[in-house]
Amino acid sequence: MTTLSQDSNLGRVTDNTVDRPGERAPLVLNMNTFGEVTATVCRVNEADKAPFAWYVAFAAALGLLSVLGLCITYLIFTGVGVWGLNNPVMWAYDITNFVFWVGIGHAGTLISAILFLFRQKWRTGINRFAEAMTIFAVICAGTFPGIHVGRVWFAYWLFPIPNQMEMWPQFRSPLLWDVFAVSTYFTVSLLFWYTGMVPDLATLRDRAKGKVQQLAYGLFALGWRGSNRHWHRYERAYLLLAALSTPLVLSVHSVVSFDFATSQLPGWHTTIFPPYFVAGAIFSGFAMVVTLAVPARELFGLKDLITLRHLDNMNKVILVTGCMVGYAYSMEFFIAWYSGAMYEKFAFINRAFGQYWWAYWIMVSCNVITPQLFWFKKIRTSIPLMFVLSIFVNVGMWFERFVIIVTSLANDFLPSSWDVFTPTWVDIGTMVGAFGLFFTLFLLFCRYLPMIAMAEVKAVMPISDPHGAGAGKSHGHAAQHGHDAHH
Amino acid sequence: MSRFLFPKWSNLLLPTIILSGAIIPLYAVFFVAYGFSPKTLEVGYQPEQPVPFSHALHAGELGMDCRYCHTSVEKGAHASVPATQTCMNCHTQVRPQSPKLAKVRESYDTGLPVEWTRIHKLPDFAYFDHSAHVNRGIGCVTCHGRIDTMEVVYQKSPLSMGWCLDCHRNPEQNLRPVSEITNLSWDQQTELSADERKALKDKFHINPSEDCSTCHR
Repeated sequence: MTTLSQDSNLGRVTDNTVDRPGERAPLVLNMNTFGEVTATVCRVNEADKAPFAWYVAFAAALGLLSVLGLCITYLIFTGVGVWGLNNPVMWAYDITNFVFWVGIGHAGTLISAILFLFRQKWRTGINRFAEAMTIFAVICAGTFPGIHVGRVWFAYWLFPIPNQMEMWPQFRSPLLWDVFAVSTYFTVSLLFWYTGMVPDLATLRDRAKGKVQQLAYGLFALGWRGSNRHWHRYERAYLLLAALSTPLVLSVHSVVSFDFATSQLPGWHTTIFPPYFVAGAIFSGFAMVVTLAVPARELFGLKDLITLRHLDNMNKVILVTGCMVGYAYSMEFFIAWYSGAMYEKFAFINRAFGQYWWAYWIMVSCNVITPQLFWFKKIRTSIPLMFVLSIFVNVGMWFERFVIIVTSLANDFLPSSWDVFTPTWVDIGTMVGAFGLFFTLFLLFCRYLPMIAMAEVKAVMPISDPHGAGAGKSHGHAAQHGHDAHH
Repeated sequence: MSRFLFPKWSNLLLPTIILSGAIIPLYAVFFVAYGFSPKTLEVGYQPEQPVPFSHALHAGELGMDCRYCHTSVEKGAHASVPATQTCMNCHTQVRPQSPKLAKVRESYDTGLPVEWTRIHKLPDFAYFDHSAHVNRGIGCVTCHGRIDTMEVVYQKSPLSMGWCLDCHRNPEQNLRPVSEITNLSWDQQTELSADERKALKDKFHINPSEDCSTCHR
């Protein structure tokens, strides 16, 4: 493959957020050859030592993970009484965390499946670690239903397993649908992630110096040699998996929302929940991708692959989904008034001005006001600002779930049964510890697996345009992956 | 080619993954479903009793009614184990010196009960009432089997929750007239037609509940 050098965008270009008429903005900056991409990405995995910051972060993550371990052990040995749950508030931090983490997981599939089917080429820079994030977030999410059942050793009752009691999970209950939705989502996401990684694992295998690395990457690369037939089958499989996981983006959080929507509790019993939850999930997921991408690209020198344009695009998604979430919030209030149901009205007035008013207004400021700042390109393309704002969104989305779950339960139909939920140290430790689990897995991923989908990124570079008619004007003629990744 | 690809032995990985990922979990499910079930673990439990009391002799050959000894079965939750006094009603006259009865005589003299080994055990969290069943057409034999042929009594039914539910969901098959409750050789399946059993269900107003709180109170 000859290297094209007439690209007008080559040279030290750092701002690719400008759209010039007649040209496609480059998605890879300052790199002319495939080899440079490979070297940049593999450097992270091949370095003898990770950056110092990695060790600091990893130590902190392990510390939090052990907090999680301690809290869960204490919970199992003592019982769910160690949480601050009480009679009306039987779900609080546990399910808040579950919904929060499942929501975070949604960006991965959206980027990997829906943006793939829509041929959004900018997804290639971020899909690998967004998918990794999805998988780790679903692992965190899966922890919570498992431990909140009280008798953890009976957690397998979640699954329909034949037993002497002739007792089955309630198939009419959305809690069971949840089990299937989340486990399907996890399986498909994992398969999708792994399938996409096979060519890159082969690259790492071929470049590996040590025997252990060769063996480990070699086994997981499944004997990939980059032959035409390999690519052909790979592309088919990838497309099929993309098509399979596309409905999951919409279905999983819809099913999670049914946990609430199918109940009769005012504040939960709302038809807007499924789309509202899905929008919120994508909103929070993209915020988490930005939160992770900003430090990762700095730390591992990936700024030319995860460019400002990628971040800009993600911030636009945050803006759109943030508007949807804001619309849903206001629509909930409108329906509460329009329905004329006094309990419904009370639930929402209580949400905004009742005992948990502060949680509600944290949620509104973080989820409705914060994303509006992304209308300004200056803010969308400012690294420090987007980092801070994305964290605000994460905080806001956690509070959204808290508000929905706790305020609705704490003040239901009967004033005599009202109560206040106050978290205990175990509640807080478990919530914080889940971040430890998430970051431990994520940091291990950064160090040992290819963080960027090299093979895919190469396909969106100007030099992979077979027509070569001035790479700057490349219209990306379906030239995906048509190259041996190992040279 | 010097590069490491996919060594031949690694072909074994795929079957290993399929085995551990699919077959072993499947096996575990079946192992638990059948291996751990009371049908496997409990049925046939036949402990040695302190006194070699033969139900085959007393209930079978001599034709004594179950209720002669298990007096509270129609009135209470438990079918009581008889007091030593009940044995001695006859055994002061019948074979009073038999060495097999040494423990019974000892109990009679000291006033301490014979320590029979319990066979049919329900967990503490399961509520069961004998009177509710025997007064409404469930015979002894349905759960306990042909006690009148057992030299040493053993557990015939699994007493599992599924087994309870089988009858609660479909009680007609086990109904008989109250007059035949203790008749162990009488079989409602052959003696009664399905319609007659159905009629019994209506007569006894049998509408067995499957709510959790029916048994787990």
